Amino acid sequence: MPDANGQVAILGVGMHPWGKWGRSFVEYGVTAARAALADAGLQWPEIQYVAGADTIRNGYPGYVAGATFAQALGWSGARVSSCYSACASGATAIDIARARILAGLCDVALVIGADTTPKGFFAPVGGDRPDDPDWLRFRLLGATNPTYFGLYARRRMELYGATERDFARVKVKNSRHGATNPNARYQKEVGEDEVLASPVVASPLRLLDICATSDGAAAVVLSSLDFARRRRRRAVKVAAVSTVTPRYPNTVIEMPNFATDSATGVAPPDLAFRDSIAHAAYDEAGVGPDDLDLAEVYDLSTALELDWYENIGLCKEGEAERLLNDGDTTLGGRIPVNPSGGLACFGEAVPAQAIAQVCELTWQLRGEAGGRQVEGAKAGVTVNQGLFGHGSSVVVVR
Amino acid sequence: MPVIEGWFTMDDDRPQLLGSRCSSCGARFFPKAAACRSPQCGQGQLEDVPLSRTGRVWSFTDNRYQPPPPYVASDPFEPYAIAAVELADERMVVLGQLESGVDVTALGVGAEMELTLGTLYEDDEHEYLVWKWRPTGA
Ligand SMILES: [Zn+2]
Repeated sequence: MPDANGQVAILGVGMHPWGKWGRSFVEYGVTAARAALADAGLQWPEIQYVAGADTIRNGYPGYVAGATFAQALGWSGARVSSCYSACASGATAIDIARARILAGLCDVALVIGADTTPKGFFAPVGGDRPDDPDWLRFRLLGATNPTYFGLYARRRMELYGATERDFARVKVKNSRHGATNPNARYQKEVGEDEVLASPVVASPLRLLDICATSDGAAAVVLSSLDFARRRRRRAVKVAAVSTVTPRYPNTVIEMPNFATDSATGVAPPDLAFRDSIAHAAYDEAGVGPDDLDLAEVYDLSTALELDWYENIGLCKEGEAERLLNDGDTTLGGRIPVNPSGGLACFGEAVPAQAIAQVCELTWQLRGEAGGRQVEGAKAGVTVNQGLFGHGSSVVVVR
Repeated sequence: MPVIEGWFTMDDDRPQLLGSRCSSCGARFFPKAAACRSPQCGQGQLEDVPLSRTGRVWSFTDNRYQPPPPYVASDPFEPYAIAAVELADERMVVLGQLESGVDVTALGVGAEMELTLGTLYEDDEHEYLVWKWRPTGA
């Protein structure tokens, strides 16, 4: 295990259950925050720093989430920040709070992310926005998020012989994992044939291969190791946060881009973007894939979960289907992936998701994960990726 | 008329995408870049340059659900396929809709494709054209 240099303690975690609740993201965030504070044994006025992960679907208050949540919890004079990095927003907020603690500028911080979502596809911000690639990809191509997931999935089939049934098995696994998770939106086991009978959205992916959009919230209380000791809290620790960008030339097509960089002139980097995200976290934490007991990966689609197995070093390129089918990534297997149920069971609540992944690792490493517990878990990794090139990976250790 | 100005030529027979080329390091970009994005360069002047009009399939998918605006969907909605094609000279993967009528199930990674122009949508005044991909020689 890495030495304690650069680590911060996770004193408390909390969530608002995922679903379509039709209420304000502020309400969800406050529920998650109060749960995390109670878990940490702290009162809100003791929090010295608030890091909010922003949402863009809630107008102005969503853009200044840190202050929005601070006001709702009661103005306390805490230092505050707000940040937006799309799906990586939660990891960025954690990183900001961590950096503040490690710099000695505060002892204890609260990180919150919450969102509400409309039904159906995520759509770009409204109005005519012809200089916005996110707007243009819809206007000129009709390229939704599932379009990109479909491209990745088809490429796995063509290159590695993956089948639609392999993809369905990812959903089956995650639905079994999430079936007893009280915070999951879908708490029901799904069968292979049910996935394969659902309508095609972006071939080869079907409705049940693609994660839903959801309302939800998650929060964590972070502190210095000294603060945790003074409070006599035995806390799990954040050992690394990776927020890397890609390296030029980035040769894998990504949302919301129309094209990759050109691979002529400058040689592509040794590590492609998705590989580099977890790699940077491992480097910082001083751990490797062999040291992990579990992983929470960003399963926007079933096929994408298989890509992540390779990207985070659980197996070599092209071997993810075998890892899945051998049961290695199932609860009880060598390295359970998405014991929480993942996005397959939660759906996307963009600024909350990366924080929710850290909540799950925390419960797992404390041995508090109930029916989805990974026995004896001591170290885990989360990984995620934000639109426009935001890495997101967190290593948590006991 | 083109659905967007300056991204592609309106040459019916041999349309080409228009990108940028850096005068210093030769890096190429699509859509056109404001400045060279190679981190070791960043100093060249960018000039407009047409890109290869053929390439090979990196991947493909067909969209069966109607996307939200600003996509202008036909009524009734017609599904459309999208291909990611690696341009022959630039080794740059570019997305485009497949020409309507192309049998997407007959495609495969590595298949050779060429650029074409096709209708994206129409209103009372204009037919809006966009670049599309089709199998070479189709
Ligand atoms: Zn240059």
